[in-house]
Amino acid sequence: MSRGVRRLAPALGLVPFFGYLTIFLIIPTIAVVVGAFVEKDQASLSNIKALGDNVVLRTLWHSIVLSAESAIIGAVLGALLAYAVVTGKPDGLLRRTVTSACGVLAQFGGVTLAFAFIATLGFSGVVTEAGRDVFGIDLFGSGWLFGLKGLTLVYTYFQIPLMVIVFLPSLDGMRVQWREAAESLGATTWQFWRYVAGPLLLPAFLGSTLLLFANAFAAYATAAALVSQGSPILPLLIRNALTSEIVLGQSHLAFALALDMIVVVVIVMTLYALLLRRTSRWLR
Amino acid sequence: MKRTTRNAALVISVVAISLGAAACGGPPDKKDSDSTTKAASATSAKDLGGMKALVEAAQKEGELNVIALPPTWANYGEIIKAFGKKYDIKVNSAQPDAASQDEINAANTLKGTKRAPDVFDLGQSVALANTKMFAPYKVATFDSIPEEFKDANGTWVNDYGGYMSIGFDTKKVPEVTSLNDLLGAKYKGKVALNGDPTQAGAAFSGVVMASVANGGSADDIAPGVNFFQKLKKAGNFLPVDPTPATIESGQTPVVIDWDYTNAAETAKLPSWKVVVPEGAAVGGYYYQAINKDAPHPAAARLWQEFLYSDEGQNLFLGGGARPVRADAMKSDGTLDEALFGKLPEVKGAPVLLTEAQTKTAADYLSKNWSKVAG
Repeated sequence: MSRGVRRLAPALGLVPFFGYLTIFLIIPTIAVVVGAFVEKDQASLSNIKALGDNVVLRTLWHSIVLSAESAIIGAVLGALLAYAVVTGKPDGLLRRTVTSACGVLAQFGGVTLAFAFIATLGFSGVVTEAGRDVFGIDLFGSGWLFGLKGLTLVYTYFQIPLMVIVFLPSLDGMRVQWREAAESLGATTWQFWRYVAGPLLLPAFLGSTLLLFANAFAAYATAAALVSQGSPILPLLIRNALTSEIVLGQSHLAFALALDMIVVVVIVMTLYALLLRRTSRWLR
Repeated sequence: MKRTTRNAALVISVVAISLGAAACGGPPDKKDSDSTTKAASATSAKDLGGMKALVEAAQKEGELNVIALPPTWANYGEIIKAFGKKYDIKVNSAQPDAASQDEINAANTLKGTKRAPDVFDLGQSVALANTKMFAPYKVATFDSIPEEFKDANGTWVNDYGGYMSIGFDTKKVPEVTSLNDLLGAKYKGKVALNGDPTQAGAAFSGVVMASVANGGSADDIAPGVNFFQKLKKAGNFLPVDPTPATIESGQTPVVIDWDYTNAAETAKLPSWKVVVPEGAAVGGYYYQAINKDAPHPAAARLWQEFLYSDEGQNLFLGGGARPVRADAMKSDGTLDEALFGKLPEVKGAPVLLTEAQTKTAADYLSKNWSKVAG
């Protein structure tokens, strides 16, 4: 075997990965970017211009608000849960239960999740019925579950466990010695958190929040199963542009909308990468 | 019915003879592909040698791909079963809950494969925007279909239709007589529309109905959007997509939808009543067409023959839909009068939108519906 071949051999192992990446990420991205600048088989900026339309802007805003809200709620509650877990025994029952439950629940989405909420908080959901019969309160209202507020609640359901999973390693990286050192220098608990743990964990916390934001921003199946009236968020507006039997010929607008989403996600993920670099410097 | 059979028999025997003659001349190994291309370009059963030859060609293909035909919609469940049984052809029903545009998308993405849809059942705007994808075909009963419900060449033919209606559960809400009743406090969180009107034909027609009932017209859909804004403001508009399951479980006590889909519920839920609001009868017919790239061209054509036969048309009626040949069948005495009598009563001149009116209304809706749906 010549030296060149031997050097190439490890790269060979990566071929399936790059092949996969090419087919499922690179080619679709190129197709979306190119498609966004085409209309009626000709180069055109009309779909890019349509992104400035009021309906599109408002939908983009809704998408950002929904993702931010569910990310912040998920990050705060998830971080608290993760902290509670870390303070327990490293191989205790609590930790093992919470981490495995989070591993499952973070992936619980789509139709099943939407159905779970409809079955509990829908018009004849278990909780709604109980609220009506036992407490005489109307939890259902005019169907808030099927709008933006409902989506925020439902998304939080998978955001919290995801936060636990991504934030736990950072908390694990905190060394007991740091706390001991701070205390032996006379730091109070507040001072320890304010000057040592806080600054150390903040980049990881913000980074995880951004990851959660991107996770919610790109989610489609849950919203598609829950929302049937209107297209309050971008992924649903894309669905509308592709499948509407009323307003036709919007398939390239769908590309432009997808491009819109790619831009937002690229910004968020760039920030995430920067924060991650900062975090990893400390928590090795 | 008898008359058609005898005619068909005559045609078959004539064509069988000519076919036999043709078969003698042609190279034998090409026969198979010949019969497929022949079916793909046939514009009537005659082109293939009559009904019998069509049936044989279809049976040879053995399968038929249909798409977006919900079993509870216009009786499609029974129709698919009856067709499969009558001709011993396997019907593959894909994505029963898909929308019209999905049918066209599927035909484009699956083009050239065995799984592509053979036939379409489309809403008006999607059908008229895609006539290039259709194979013209005239069924045996083509002449008894009124002019306004078909393309002169048979590129598309309306199959069944109905009127926009309000279905409601008499056990859960008070009697509905007009659209504006729905604004009352007793209907809080109870009124559902079948789909998003910027996406689905039924919901779109629902907004047109609301418009007509509130001083609008086929040219002016704005009062309809205003009505739904008021409905939403009153807290009555329920943003749930109604399905038989939501109706039967009581989640959607009032549903604005085609009268045939609403009427189909009464069979399962006896307290379910259907009204077509007086003076606001908005009609709509579906468009039936053959995919010109159909993987089973003969079966696709046989399916059309079946749908427009007296049997097929009465099956639509069984699902509460108004078959397109209803008038002709009524005068022939082949219409199932018992079923026809059960259809909700329509008072006032029906409103049917033209293609241009639909487009104007759709443009208005795409810009303004977000006021209602948020």
